[in-house]
Amino acid sequence: MSGVLALPELSLVVLVGASGSGKSTFAARHFGRYETVSSDVCRGLVSNDEMDQAATEAAFEVLHVIAGKRLAAGHLTVVDATNVQADSRKQLVSLAREHDVLPVAIVFDVPEQICLERNAARPDRDFGAHVVRRQRDQLRRSMRGLAKEGFRRVHILRGIEEIADATITRERLFNDLRHEVGPFDVIGDVHGCLGELEMLLEKLGYAIGRDSSDRAVDAVHPQGRRAVFVGDLVDRGPDSPGVLRLVMGMAGAGHAFAVPGNHENKLIRSLQGRDVRVSHGLAETLAQLAAEGDAFRQEVRVFCEGLISHLVLDGGRLVVAHAGLKEAYHGRASGRVRSFAMYGDTTGETDEYGLPVRYPWAREYRGAATVLYGHTPVPETEWVNNTLCLDTGCVFGGRLSALRYPERELVAVAAARVYYEPARPFPPAGSQPPGTEPEQREAGLLDVQDVLGKRIVQAAHHGRITVREEQAAGALEVMSRFALEPQWLPYLPPTMAPCAASKRPDVLEHPDDAFAAYRADGVEALICQEKHMGSRAVVLLCRDEAAASARFWTSGGSGAVYTRTGRPFFARPLTEQLLDRLRRAVSVAGLWEELDTSWLLLDCELLPWSAKAGDLLRNQYAAVGAAAQSALPAALQALDAVSKRGIDVADLTDRIKRRATNVEAYRAAYRRYCWPTDGLDGIRLAPFQVLAAEQQTFHDRDHEWHLAQADRLVASAPDMITPTARLRVDATDETSAAAAVSWWERLTAAGGEGMVVKPLGNLTRSRRGLAQPGIKVRGREYLRIIYGPDYTEPESLQRLRERNVGHKRSLAQREYALGLESLERLVRGEPLWRVHEPVFAVLALESEPIDPRL
Amino acid sequence: MHTAAVLLTVTTTEPPATDLGFLLHKNPERAQSFDLPVGRAHVFYPQASAQRCTAALLLEVDPIELVRGKRFGGTEAFSLAQYVNDRPYAASSLLAVALARVFGTAMSGRCEARPDLAQRAIPLAIHIPALPSRGGVNLAERVFAPLGWGVQANPVPMDPTIPAWGDSPYLDVRLTGVLRLADALTHLYVLLPVLDSAKHYWVGHDEVDKLLRTAGGWLPDHPERDLITRRYLAHDRELVLSAVGRLAEVDDIAPDTMEDVAVPADPPARQVSLAVARQMSLAAQRRAAVLAELRSAGAATVLDLGCGEGALIRDLLTDTAFTTIVGADVSDRALRTAARRLNLDRLPDRQRQRVNLIQASVTYRDERLAGFDAAVLMEVIEHVDPPRLAALATVLFGHAAPRTVVVTTPNAEHNVRFAELVSGSFRHRDHRFEWTREQFRSWADGIARAHGYDVRFLAIGPDDPEVGAPTQAVVFSRKEQAEAGQR
Repeated sequence: MSGVLALPELSLVVLVGASGSGKSTFAARHFGRYETVSSDVCRGLVSNDEMDQAATEAAFEVLHVIAGKRLAAGHLTVVDATNVQADSRKQLVSLAREHDVLPVAIVFDVPEQICLERNAARPDRDFGAHVVRRQRDQLRRSMRGLAKEGFRRVHILRGIEEIADATITRERLFNDLRHEVGPFDVIGDVHGCLGELEMLLEKLGYAIGRDSSDRAVDAVHPQGRRAVFVGDLVDRGPDSPGVLRLVMGMAGAGHAFAVPGNHENKLIRSLQGRDVRVSHGLAETLAQLAAEGDAFRQEVRVFCEGLISHLVLDGGRLVVAHAGLKEAYHGRASGRVRSFAMYGDTTGETDEYGLPVRYPWAREYRGAATVLYGHTPVPETEWVNNTLCLDTGCVFGGRLSALRYPERELVAVAAARVYYEPARPFPPAGSQPPGTEPEQREAGLLDVQDVLGKRIVQAAHHGRITVREEQAAGALEVMSRFALEPQWLPYLPPTMAPCAASKRPDVLEHPDDAFAAYRADGVEALICQEKHMGSRAVVLLCRDEAAASARFWTSGGSGAVYTRTGRPFFARPLTEQLLDRLRRAVSVAGLWEELDTSWLLLDCELLPWSAKAGDLLRNQYAAVGAAAQSALPAALQALDAVSKRGIDVADLTDRIKRRATNVEAYRAAYRRYCWPTDGLDGIRLAPFQVLAAEQQTFHDRDHEWHLAQADRLVASAPDMITPTARLRVDATDETSAAAAVSWWERLTAAGGEGMVVKPLGNLTRSRRGLAQPGIKVRGREYLRIIYGPDYTEPESLQRLRERNVGHKRSLAQREYALGLESLERLVRGEPLWRVHEPVFAVLALESEPIDPRL
Repeated sequence: MHTAAVLLTVTTTEPPATDLGFLLHKNPERAQSFDLPVGRAHVFYPQASAQRCTAALLLEVDPIELVRGKRFGGTEAFSLAQYVNDRPYAASSLLAVALARVFGTAMSGRCEARPDLAQRAIPLAIHIPALPSRGGVNLAERVFAPLGWGVQANPVPMDPTIPAWGDSPYLDVRLTGVLRLADALTHLYVLLPVLDSAKHYWVGHDEVDKLLRTAGGWLPDHPERDLITRRYLAHDRELVLSAVGRLAEVDDIAPDTMEDVAVPADPPARQVSLAVARQMSLAAQRRAAVLAELRSAGAATVLDLGCGEGALIRDLLTDTAFTTIVGADVSDRALRTAARRLNLDRLPDRQRQRVNLIQASVTYRDERLAGFDAAVLMEVIEHVDPPRLAALATVLFGHAAPRTVVVTTPNAEHNVRFAELVSGSFRHRDHRFEWTREQFRSWADGIARAHGYDVRFLAIGPDDPEVGAPTQAVVFSRKEQAEAGQR
């Protein structure tokens, strides 16, 4: 036994030795503070006494839970207990297996006398010598059988010198190629189709190297890209040896990686001389190999035996396995991990063709790593939850496919012919195989665990954003009962904060305070946009119904028009009418071609406000006006009569008169938001931002670009689409700011709602993280609807100035970051649950109790 | 800051009319002001002659202070409607409180200066220009007329410039009658809040007691006694919004329209109309039918999807054959109500272990819904938007795949038998559809085909030969594995 103990980087290390043999001291020296879980400590945790033997059972329960949690999270864990009994070790071995990590034993074989002396030196260990003697006996009897018990490595340290001299090295697992960062070209099941493989490699840009017999033995990419084969190189096809020769050559030269497929696995066993059923095309391979020499067959055997069942690449962001791999198995090593990687998750049943029924693990996949695999031939590749099957049935007359990573571009060549008739009919490319339709719909199905409970969403532009449990509960109900199906909601807009309260005597909000806020954040180039007197509306517009269902997993409908909480503005027929008119405008403007997309996501205002909030306007706002205009004139009449009687009520009369005037103004303010609509007649849409299109978002383009696109739509359909007035402002230039102020004054004096000030450059970072995407500055008259008819009274304004916009701003910032996150996930082609996560979080955050008047 | 004003005037023509000042204990020759917790009250006399004397009570209210006050529990989670509201203008409970404070002695009938007059019925006219009435002119007449008032009530238009909006909930009310002033005042004190009903502000338990003492003389014989009592006592309204209510507001929707449908109020015991009585017995029949199906299917573990307030769970608990009962609902509020109504925190352990309530949604696949012998969707599918029924089918029949599924839903054909139901409308405002028997059958058959179930249809409630029973139901039974493999 050398002094260097090698441990797999992820393993369960079981220390075995009698009390006093020096395990804890050793553990403290060689492992991290939290890596060791000690039975003594666990005893102390549950009973206040590390030596309380009555607490042993509870202590080990705790120890197993802690060790299990650590292993599940992928941390090496050391168990510091005597572990001299076979039974206690057995439980630890099965714990390791449960988490698919390798169990390792380190045995401390120390003379009894030393153990006794050490125990005697410690006041808390007052148990008798017989205890240590018994432990020594048990240890001696255990030592030989440890490997048989399932320990993959057993290190025995004899005597205190060996223990003192030992050092530890941690070894990477074979599947751990996280340091290989690509770029890669991941290639699907080849099955002996050498011609197609050579064509594909050339199409990918590789130069094929040949030996003196003109056989392909290597392929090199000028940019140093490397190929990754997903397995099933052999069987069924015309030239399995040729494929093996090429792939072995590439692998040997460091130009390729490969994982084994089930066909390689069977080939090995056949080459090893074991009894295997020669079926599924193995006969062809064996016949072809028979024509090669023994040396080649030996080379093939060594190569295939050396293949690692799955590879973790690119810092853990990419996993390649022949039949795919669920997240819990990534980077793990065990028999079942290997079996899953090669054969997939089978249910044990067989289908009508005698093929095993596979469990659709990918549908439930929620891992962050991209998983690429083959194994099951599909007519078309389709991303399912960040996983992609690259077996497009080349040998059955389909195609040989590759995925460029990280670009995620598909490259394929068609098979020259059908080489092998499949057991199950293989549909031609582009056709819809029977029975796959429900599965496709399921790709758009969400799991409640994606949204329920307290959640933390990672937003690239902001970091971690927490959603509290009760917020999620409220959002679940609204999302389920009132919103559109989640497929239609790839985005929800953030809330918007107002400017800080103005110090001016007569107004609550003023543009100067918005400019000042941006200036304080170092954002100087601004744009003011007219705030429309409508409702925020998000429009998802697809070129047609087919484009919608292909991209958004929807069934029926060519898009959606929805509110801030995801409710539809109109029933489906009217929605389609609106989408039709908008679609024509987009076509006339030529935006489909220009943005190279079949769908658009637009941020808009839909007017009038009464179209959505008619009930609110009538039952809330108008009702207040009605009560006031019935009560106040009567009061004034009464006061008038009193004063005619010579009693002084001048102060009171004055007040009531002012209130009557305020109510008039208030009624005028809400009336501007009401006009009759009939179907689409009277409905107007004001788009102001292009949120996303296929493969791109636009938050890096400045707002003038966005409004220019909106103007083109206005030009195409001026009867329905309304322009957004705007003005550029330099926040550091007094003249420019003053011009913006008078612009705002003109807008609001004419009854306008006000304006929104935004950073001209759109997505802007400031010293304090994301700059506010917009700050609203509402008009004096409009605010009567929000703060009440009399809010302009000096006393009232004084009190309202105490309002605090900090919380609202923080909320706006988080929701903005979540919105960006959902858009970016959407255009990256991420699965629905990933897009839905930040969308749901926006809805959940919106339920935050915050002053609704801000 | 006090804004605007609520107004009420009292006029008498009993000569000398100026004696009204003695009765009210307020001098007709002065304007007086009183600072009250609800605002600032002013009393003055627009007319004061021997023939005719009018006293006016004007209350200035501070709506923001009302909301902010500590007694309302918080400072932030309020509804926007509480900031812009009619309280400053409408004659509501606030005015009633002011009335009791300013004219308390008059209301008790004490008057040392004119003791006889105080005990005598005199001609009175009362004017309330903005009286909120949930129930319109009719209700105002029903509550005031039996007390001896002539009622002249004119609805105030919602907005004269937008005639399409119709009338507002406010009435310009003039009451005339010959009554004791003290009685007149107690009538107003009790009935103003009753008419208002919807937007009560909590005034405290002592006020309730005071009400009962005050109205003891006439309330017991009032034909609308139950309505008056119920409305008066029902005003402990939850003012702090739930998360769902806040989301409603984000979308400019009245919070109660989203919250109420999840947890419908119990019909008050003595106000049950015929229709409601029929509905209730139907609900009981429905539960009985579902239970019978679950028993005959031999189900031990049952999932009640859309359990609402747990009526079916209560029945399931009484039969120990049901060993595991899980109630799932999308509404967190409904689940909390269910837990309360089922007394979950007080059930003995053995019972408690049988039942579990979880928040779930058929929009999302959910492992917790799998592995049950039977699932029930009782009056649930009609609350699901039609485009989502496919997801419901996938989640329930595809993933959870219980052996038996019982689904009940209204039979739309039967609606013509409900006289109270406006033709073409649904039985509940949250219903997204109501199906005919044919539509229901074709939906169920489609699911059975796609997921390998047999179906059997049931009628619940009196089966009308022409339009069928009020409730229709289907029992899905999963085909055996071998059989299912054939598809």
